[in-house]
Amino acid sequence: MVDIPYDRTTDIPPAEVPDVELYHPKSWWTHYVFSQDAKIIAIQYSLTASAIGLVALVLSWLMRLQLGFPGTFSFIDANQYLQFITMHGMIMVIYLLTALFLGGFGNYLIPLMVGARDMVFPYVNMLSYWVYLLAVLVLASTFFVPGGPTGAGWTLYPPQAILSGTPGQDWGIVLMLASLILFIIGFTMGGLNYVVTVLQARTRGMTLMRLPLTVWGIFTATIMALLAFPALFVGSVMLLLDRLLGTSFFMPSLVEMGQLSKYGGGSPLLFQHLFWFFGHPEVYIVALPAFGIVSDLISTHARKNIFGYRMMVWAIVAIGALSFVVWAHHMYVSGMYPYFGYFFATTTLIIAIPTAIKVYNWVLTLWRGDIHLTVPMLFALGFIITFVNGGLTGLFLGNVVVDVPLSDTMFVVAHFHMVMGVAPIMVVLGAIYHWYPKVTGRMLNSLLGKFHFWVTFLGAYLIFFPMHYLGLLGVPRRYFELGDTAFIPSSAHSLNAFITVVALTVGFAQMVFLFNLVWSLFEGEPSGGNPWRATSLEWQTPETPPGHGNWGKELPIVYRWAYDYSVPGAAEDFIPQNQPPTTRAVQGAAS
Amino acid sequence: MSAIILFLAVIAVIVGWWLSQQRLTAKPWLEEGPIGDFDGTGAMTWPAAKVGLGVFLAVAGSLFTLFISAYSMRMTVVDWRALPVPKVLWFNTGVLVLSSAALQWAYVAARRSDIDGVIVGLLAGGASAITFLAGQLLAWQQLGAAGYFMASNPANSFFYMITAVHGLHLTGGLVALGRTTARAWRNNAATAELRLSVELCTIYWHFLLLVWLVLLGLLTGWTDDFVDICRQLLR
Repeated sequence: MVDIPYDRTTDIPPAEVPDVELYHPKSWWTHYVFSQDAKIIAIQYSLTASAIGLVALVLSWLMRLQLGFPGTFSFIDANQYLQFITMHGMIMVIYLLTALFLGGFGNYLIPLMVGARDMVFPYVNMLSYWVYLLAVLVLASTFFVPGGPTGAGWTLYPPQAILSGTPGQDWGIVLMLASLILFIIGFTMGGLNYVVTVLQARTRGMTLMRLPLTVWGIFTATIMALLAFPALFVGSVMLLLDRLLGTSFFMPSLVEMGQLSKYGGGSPLLFQHLFWFFGHPEVYIVALPAFGIVSDLISTHARKNIFGYRMMVWAIVAIGALSFVVWAHHMYVSGMYPYFGYFFATTTLIIAIPTAIKVYNWVLTLWRGDIHLTVPMLFALGFIITFVNGGLTGLFLGNVVVDVPLSDTMFVVAHFHMVMGVAPIMVVLGAIYHWYPKVTGRMLNSLLGKFHFWVTFLGAYLIFFPMHYLGLLGVPRRYFELGDTAFIPSSAHSLNAFITVVALTVGFAQMVFLFNLVWSLFEGEPSGGNPWRATSLEWQTPETPPGHGNWGKELPIVYRWAYDYSVPGAAEDFIPQNQPPTTRAVQGAAS
Repeated sequence: MSAIILFLAVIAVIVGWWLSQQRLTAKPWLEEGPIGDFDGTGAMTWPAAKVGLGVFLAVAGSLFTLFISAYSMRMTVVDWRALPVPKVLWFNTGVLVLSSAALQWAYVAARRSDIDGVIVGLLAGGASAITFLAGQLLAWQQLGAAGYFMASNPANSFFYMITAVHGLHLTGGLVALGRTTARAWRNNAATAELRLSVELCTIYWHFLLLVWLVLLGLLTGWTDDFVDICRQLLR
């Protein structure tokens, strides 16, 4: 191998990317409130999502209080309990996780990581946030309308979702559906930005195969969301018409409160198909950004290149495609055509293959890495373990014969909380510890961070492992109280009380985290531009936090992929993506 | 759900074709250096707005296809009574075709830098699109007068809902068209920016015309045989 000195001046200039014409804010309002800067929008998205997420967290405490100590709290009745589970589920899945990963992390990281000045349609991007905020406000308003929020369960299955007897039948369900429709409109505006920015605004040298996996994950998840959310939109519009105008899209003829209702002939199964056609991709819409982010966290904090980068990219694309043909595994007990079950159980098992490839690659990245047990790394490790746990119970539930007896039990609750509750939240938290220095210029306190991690991690296991056992006993989900039932031993009740105590403890740890976020903003140790010594472009900005336009006068030029950690012979254990090669192998001699 | 699966298969083919151009088999860990050194890494040369419109059309296409999926599943239930097709729909279809043709004309004029042609085309396209919307409202009124109300039969419900969604998409397009026309009027020059705007409006109009023709086939029952075949494939 012959090395020749690298000379920047004689090289062919890389393919040009036109610079984006930036909108320049003129007043305080357009700078901080009606801002078109993706970074500000990202923070707005994150704060809004976290605020409504806190509401959902409090709802989970109330639910746990009721389950752990039934009959003790007079302020929780059966209707309210149903309203709590509905709102908790809906907020956590859609208004928190989807909004945070795509609206929050997507907005902040995509332009910085691909080397762009901003999103390609900043005005539409701003509208996206304000429509999302409106959706959140409409959702939150249901707590204050007559009858309260809907108690239909987060899946909103008709016919019960819009029949009298279900809490929130008057206003709650109408506002919930309106809020979902708004959310989807707002998301579509943002999603167009994320996709087109990745396609069109990558800086010179940033090929698709040099993108950090975070961008791949968010990019693929956004495409999936753009194609899957219309299913929820269609379902919501039709359900809204059934409720408001008395159409019978989903509503069969039935007797309501002793009277034959005006409905007739509708198909509740049709709603389930529409809902889960959105609902299953939604799982991966949340999971893929988490996969991408965790890949970057592990690589950075283990000072090692990601193992099998190409496989990781292919697996993300494969998961994205496959996730559209597994939806009916949520419907084994719905009364659909029984042979469907075979097909969907098969596709469900097939999707485990690319997912398993990703898990192996994370583990192999850690293998012989220089692992720094920083707080982001702890959360990333916590994610891998939790995701494997939740994924394995997914294999149970993906099989028809195992799923049927376990349907509607606590086993299902434990499964999906592990795989798409705790696991993605681990990534969200890890990512916040990782990128907080870039956003604020200060480090989060790592002692508080470690306390936060261990309580959250151990607590999550103490909450959800026993829940699997409760499910195997046959304890049903969505029940206000169990009463005296022969097949449920008294130990199950003590276990429920135990879970409640742990859940409150984990909730307390999140308050410590919130305190850390605020405290570190003022008192945190200044971080400098690249505290983790990371390679990807967002750490190479001239200012920290990055200024308007991100890059100063010149856009960065990318010379390498995002994972040049511990390269043999390099001066440092990381080489930023925009650092030109110092020596260069003569073509053909290197490989 | 076969319609949406078919639609997504088409999207998957497009995405797969595009990905196949992106050197996904490259080994980025070996490829250090500026981009000119490697084959096949050229960036897309389309304007961002055009790509954005393409992505939006995929979303809108998914939305309409899901309505069609729901329609084809719901129509198998015994209470389905097809509703008579108001004659005005044929007139409306003709007007929408004219609208699309007018925009195509504006687009061709824009490429020739013929600003008067652009303005005439845009105005004619906008006027006929508004006529189409008025005609759709007339169709609703006629159906209502004949006793075919929204809630009286699922076929009616679908008719009103799907035409409303299509009409809303066209209304949104009219906003963009209005802005483009205003700009053409004010600047009175066929700039590159205007050419792009006209082109995007034209693409969107053709898309909505295509959607309308498919919906018309569905709502009038022409495509029932085809829907039956699809339903056999995946019930």
